[in-house]
Amino acid sequence: MTENLNVYAVRMLTQKEYFAPGHRACQGCAEVLAVRLAAKALGRNVIVANATGCMEIVSSPLPFTSWKVPWFHVAFENTAAVASGIESGLKVLMRKGRIPSKKIVTIAMGGDGGTADIGLQALSGALERGHDFTYICTDNEAYMNTGIQRSSSTPFGASTTTSPAGKAAMGQVTWKKNMPAIAAAHNIPYVATACPSYPIDLVQKVKKAADIKGPAYVHILSVCPTGWRSAPELSIKLGRLAVETGVFPLYEVERGQYRMSMDFPKLRPIKEYFKLQGRFRHLTDDMIEEIEKRLHQEYEQLREKAKKGV
Amino acid sequence: MGKRVGMEVSIAAAEAVKQANVDVISAYPITPQTHIVEHLSDLVANGEMDADFFCVESEHSALSVCVGSEATGARSFTCTSSQGLALMSEITYIASGLRLPIVMILANRTLSAPLSIWNDHSDVMSIRDCGWIQFFVENGQEVYDHVFISYRLAEDRKVLLPVIINMDGFTLSHVIEPFEMIEQEKIDQFLPPYQPLYRLHPDHPITMGAFALPSIFAETKKAQEVVIRSSMPKISEVWKAFGDMTGRYYNPIETYKAEDAETLLVTMGSLGETASVAVDRMREEGRSVGLVKIRLWRPFPFEDFKQVALKAKDLVVIDRAISVGMGGPVASELKAALYGYDSRPSVYNFVAGISGRDVAPSDFIKMVDKAEIEIEEGNKEGYELYGVRE
Amino acid sequence: MTKPESEWTWKELPVGNVVLEPGNASQYRTGDWKSLKPVLTQEKCIHCGLCYIFCPDMAYNLNEEGYFIADLYYCKGCGICAKECPTGAISMVEEET
Repeated sequence: MTENLNVYAVRMLTQKEYFAPGHRACQGCAEVLAVRLAAKALGRNVIVANATGCMEIVSSPLPFTSWKVPWFHVAFENTAAVASGIESGLKVLMRKGRIPSKKIVTIAMGGDGGTADIGLQALSGALERGHDFTYICTDNEAYMNTGIQRSSSTPFGASTTTSPAGKAAMGQVTWKKNMPAIAAAHNIPYVATACPSYPIDLVQKVKKAADIKGPAYVHILSVCPTGWRSAPELSIKLGRLAVETGVFPLYEVERGQYRMSMDFPKLRPIKEYFKLQGRFRHLTDDMIEEIEKRLHQEYEQLREKAKKGV
Repeated sequence: MGKRVGMEVSIAAAEAVKQANVDVISAYPITPQTHIVEHLSDLVANGEMDADFFCVESEHSALSVCVGSEATGARSFTCTSSQGLALMSEITYIASGLRLPIVMILANRTLSAPLSIWNDHSDVMSIRDCGWIQFFVENGQEVYDHVFISYRLAEDRKVLLPVIINMDGFTLSHVIEPFEMIEQEKIDQFLPPYQPLYRLHPDHPITMGAFALPSIFAETKKAQEVVIRSSMPKISEVWKAFGDMTGRYYNPIETYKAEDAETLLVTMGSLGETASVAVDRMREEGRSVGLVKIRLWRPFPFEDFKQVALKAKDLVVIDRAISVGMGGPVASELKAALYGYDSRPSVYNFVAGISGRDVAPSDFIKMVDKAEIEIEEGNKEGYELYGVRE
Repeated sequence: MTKPESEWTWKELPVGNVVLEPGNASQYRTGDWKSLKPVLTQEKCIHCGLCYIFCPDMAYNLNEEGYFIADLYYCKGCGICAKECPTGAISMVEEET
């Protein structure tokens, strides 16, 4: 089941591309698709600060760039700080009349590692200071660029190169860090989760985040066939399954109010999602059952929050 | 002539940042830099300065914010010490590689462990190679002056490199010294608004910070090396323009009674003033001693230094940091600079004034005495930690 | 035309190694990566545009007749378009070597 996509949907997604082909992403990379769609949502009046990671590497091998908007890569853990600097630099220059006043959106982009682990401090600082910027986290659930090492966003049970499934271990032993909740705990005006398998929803959320005054955070699930050991043609289907099984619910938190973007009367069995990925191949039925139980619990909690409007 | 006032050096430094029309200030508090940022935030809060001030969540972010704002074309400033510099050191290399003209005041303080808040040069010695232009100043007036000098130099299209002003923490930052403040009109003429060569703006989208494969990386570093070395004439030019405006002329190497000296003391930073008192005393006793003060640390002024050093018989180099396991960093570099010359002087290296321990004129005299004896006796190692209780 | 990185001299590099030409990555032929290529059966196409929307390599372009055609210069042969096409109008076919 896809979103209600019809001919109009294609028209909705402007034909203009702000991210050029010729980038070095893997076949079937849904993270670069997320970046492409976000770039469409944002248009030309943006400045993007990007963390070190897959998207930075595939898009900027000197002397080439895939970016058609101003783009800045500094380091791994400071994207939110660099974005803070860009936002305030623009503000001061406009205030002092050194550049003409016009709306320029500041975007910070980072992967799950650069956001939830090494970049968490800078993100928290930037959210607390209330800069007018949007942080987009493209989450492929591990340190993919350096070779599929685990991050705090790696889901429970997933096998990565630093949390491998072996005779004495069964993959990641900790539960995926809830980054949208951490962002929401900073009381920022807007937090959302999105997935490129639902492109219109993603574009609308990124646009909304960019338009909102103050900090906004968008967490995008990015299927990675290389790291998840899945077939490249399944990247869109897997994203859809992640949403339909409740692994990655799509929701927004607007000024503290939760709202489900999509809800299902009955969640699909998680096995359908796991069986298409090599990183979960080692899981036994018991483990899968345990994981599913906890996932359903968390999904219910999310539904409750949305119902209460809390 | 500008107004003469007595002021705490940190306050004067902050006033200089205000007068330099800085746009964005981002810093994290660390002793002994705190008074600079506190006064800056006062100035902003009272509307005396039109800038965005951020007390960020770490020094790493402080410099990162400056990198971001400088890239949009906003004049940016940060200051730190010791551990803060160590934490932001990753970004210092990046800022110079990206050619962003940020100016940083470093209130030099020793690096842990053990933790110590007092002054020495170990913090800045840890980033010798970072690619920033680096000055050492001797007194408060020089700190104030160098804020303007640094921005004008850094933002010059032929330079476009970040600059560090090293001032001794506590020894300078927390003392009250006499200042001659410069009139704002003169500063505005000396330091026009920043016109970046490239800036981040949607009207001309550029990519900054692309990664480089091995096949192109060496070329990028050659470009950087050439730029910093060829900034020497520009540094002299800016110093001259500043001197013409204020009557205070600065040079890469300053000398005091060094012309005919057989023995030269070499210092960096505020020790220079104390050393000159010692030199006076030794000269009164008829000893042939002079003083060389290194003001420009990076790019290292090889020519200026050699012109002075090669005339002497002995150099007594006072380091305020230890490259643990190796010796004094300044002495090592000076020895390297002099290596190719048969007529080079003997170099005796003392490490003194570690973590703020006082170095009095009598200490300098003792060090010169000791060095002369050791060199006479053919001591080949030529290195010791001065004043350590055995 | 941007030269490949191995041909640049240090003097030619812009200050700070900035890339001045937006989107010049489009010179790079990622189409060499594929081993399968998409082939469209026009009669089955309903012009929904999903192949265009979901292509991570921006390889689809609309032609005058309203069909989305894959640009094999960029297409990496991932097969997403074929998988997502609701009418099965696209099939992945082995590239001739």
